[in-house]
Amino acid sequence: MEQAPPDPERQLQPAPLEPLGSPDAGLGAAVGKEAEGAGEESSGVDTMTHNNFWLKKIEISVSEAEKRTGRNAMNMQETYTAYLIETRSVEHTDGQSVLTDSLWRRYSEFELLRSYLLVYYPHIVVPPLPEKRAEFVWHKLSADNMDPDFVERRRIGLENFLLRIASHPILCRDKIFYLFLTQVFFFYLADSRLKALNATFRVKNPDKRFTDLKHYSDELQSVISHLLRVRARVADRLYGVYKVHGNYGRVFSEWSAIEKEMGDGLQSAGHHMDVYASSIDDILEDEEHYADQLKEYLFYAEALRAVCRKHELMQYDLEMAAQDLASKKQQCEELVTGTVRTFSLKGMTTKLFGQETPEQREARIKVLEEQINEGEQQLKSKNLEGREFVKNAWADIERFKEQKNRDLKEALISYAVMQISMCKKGIQVWTNAKECFSKM
Amino acid sequence: MDMNSFSPMMPTSPLSMINQIKFEDESDLKDLFITVDEPESHVTTIETFITYRIITKTSRGEFDSSEFEVRRRYQDFLWLKGKLEEAHPTLIIPPLPEKFIVKGMVERFNDDFIETRRKALHKFLNRIADHPTLTFNEDFKIFLTAQAWELSSHKKQGPGLLSRMGQTVRAVASSMRGVKNRPEEFMEMNNFIELFSQKINLIDKISQRIYKEEREYFDEMKEYGPIHILWSASEEDLVDTLKDVASCIDRCCKATEKRMSGLSEALLPVVHEYVLYSEMLMGVMKRRDQIQAELDSKVEALTYKKADTDLLPEEIGKLEDKVECANNALKADWERWKQNMQNDIKLAFTDMAEENIHYYEQCLATWESFLTSQTNLHLEEASEDKP
Repeated sequence: MEQAPPDPERQLQPAPLEPLGSPDAGLGAAVGKEAEGAGEESSGVDTMTHNNFWLKKIEISVSEAEKRTGRNAMNMQETYTAYLIETRSVEHTDGQSVLTDSLWRRYSEFELLRSYLLVYYPHIVVPPLPEKRAEFVWHKLSADNMDPDFVERRRIGLENFLLRIASHPILCRDKIFYLFLTQVFFFYLADSRLKALNATFRVKNPDKRFTDLKHYSDELQSVISHLLRVRARVADRLYGVYKVHGNYGRVFSEWSAIEKEMGDGLQSAGHHMDVYASSIDDILEDEEHYADQLKEYLFYAEALRAVCRKHELMQYDLEMAAQDLASKKQQCEELVTGTVRTFSLKGMTTKLFGQETPEQREARIKVLEEQINEGEQQLKSKNLEGREFVKNAWADIERFKEQKNRDLKEALISYAVMQISMCKKGIQVWTNAKECFSKM
Repeated sequence: MDMNSFSPMMPTSPLSMINQIKFEDESDLKDLFITVDEPESHVTTIETFITYRIITKTSRGEFDSSEFEVRRRYQDFLWLKGKLEEAHPTLIIPPLPEKFIVKGMVERFNDDFIETRRKALHKFLNRIADHPTLTFNEDFKIFLTAQAWELSSHKKQGPGLLSRMGQTVRAVASSMRGVKNRPEEFMEMNNFIELFSQKINLIDKISQRIYKEEREYFDEMKEYGPIHILWSASEEDLVDTLKDVASCIDRCCKATEKRMSGLSEALLPVVHEYVLYSEMLMGVMKRRDQIQAELDSKVEALTYKKADTDLLPEEIGKLEDKVECANNALKADWERWKQNMQNDIKLAFTDMAEENIHYYEQCLATWESFLTSQTNLHLEEASEDKP
């Protein structure tokens, strides 16, 4: 079994950003305050690398959700939901799974993990988290984050998030991901440093492919939002249609009391109307899962944009460096030849306060030549970085496209299956009701 | 005496009346066919009103011809109903559609309103034609056959407005008394009518509400399909799947429209007619009670020697006959009405169930064929990938 290859991604890290928890650092830095068992755990990390943990089959599940109360950063009481993450390793020989790790995490910790991945793997389309707050609700669903249905769907979404990472060829090897699953005291990161790069800047020569990708992600986001909104409205109306039929049940039952011949038929028909009315709850519950599948791709659009932004940043950085280099070269040339074409403060002051000495000029030329040299080296490495980024990013985007096409097709098919099930239930209930009516 | 000229003064044995109620055979014996159609607007300086064309086809001897075509307005229908109630106070006269719809009708003459009314008027006349007694009513015949001017002059012959008002006042006063001595079977009937009225009103409201909800569902569904087409524009690999989903949704949308119209054609008018019938029935009970009250007051007068008692026994005799007649007429008609009601309700709800079954079957077929095409595609792709 080969060793885990040195992470190529780390070479692409933008210079200004400091890695906040360097993956290979001893756990003392990465895990933070908890010193207990640190020595033991660091050997665990090394062992993990050597054993190439990920080549063993593991099963990850978010199996439970629990309401907790605790104190937040401002020492105030708050209620939140904690989720149990269980990791099992599957033995090759007998296929049975053994529980290796289990710990509880809350949503904000998942957010930290994702933020870290966004910074460290800028060219990867990082899987999204399920929604933080319930959006696209239709009236029955509570917009309350503590609502059991919402919590359940979020649990599934969080499990899906972890499974997506575990099945990604590059992300699954990340040590911080491993720590997230196994170490209770997760590394402590300052939120602000991990926020998405929001800088606006202009790139002179944008790569058309990334521009197209950005447009695509905008379209994807807008069309899925629209679809989810209308679906919620349709669900609301459908709920109304089914539930009103339930009123027949009560009235038929009361009416049957005064009817001799019609009584039985009315009564049993009324029962079927009740069945019809209550069947909508399960139907719409199932549809929520479909909506969640679409929502995942809604949020993926944001992840795509993050990759494009990263590319833009690199491109911008490159262009600035090239521009800087060009201007330095020009300055140097002017000093050497004695012509002044570009404006410089030094040139101005020279004119006002007198020429500099030849020694001074020589010194300046020497400094500039050094800077130009350095600049050329930097530009070369930036270009290399850029090309590597584009290559890797595009590879992940192709992978993402395949995944998206498969998933969305599957989702649409599952929607059809749901509709079929709903129709079959409808036929059955109304056939029963018709029989009752005809016996009246 | 001529059996055909039914008048309330004629004592008839209940048995012979019941024998008349062979409604299963009525359709075979049917000799009077009426249609109401072609609503037309008429504008005069004073008012605007609608007339409806009424075509009657008959083989009955007492009619001068075998086919008649006349135009009548709502007022004329009201007149006919009044005359029938007057002539047969304890028969269950079919209800007329309402004068105005209470809920927010701005335009009295909008198309839906006119069409609903036309259908109800058609029903009204046919119910009269199917009624064993009412079908031979003279005013009914005149309504169907007389030209406009003939009808106006005939209308003027009835008891004057003032005398009719007098009747109403007396009726209200004496109806209370009639309730006290109401025979057991009519007490039961009254209970039924009260409960039935409650229930049918609720069912009417529920059914209207269902229609409204289905309409709103339809409106939202119309927007749902096209979004998938929009989406297909940015997805090269999912174009076909998305377009297919869109067309499935559109077909389900059409199916729901059909279901809605089925509801408004079959269930809603029937339920509403029985709401109006329940009001009618209460009127009939009151009139029966009033006739009984007349008798009771005379009996009371005789017992307590209130007025001139010489003529009383003869009057009482006549009134006793009148009460017996009225009661028998109502009892027989009641059975007939109940049977009709059961049939009509049963049919209306069975229709509604049928509409829903058909709707779900259509949607099922649509989605199943989508699923089949997707799996076929998948199999095709899989076989293409094989070396």
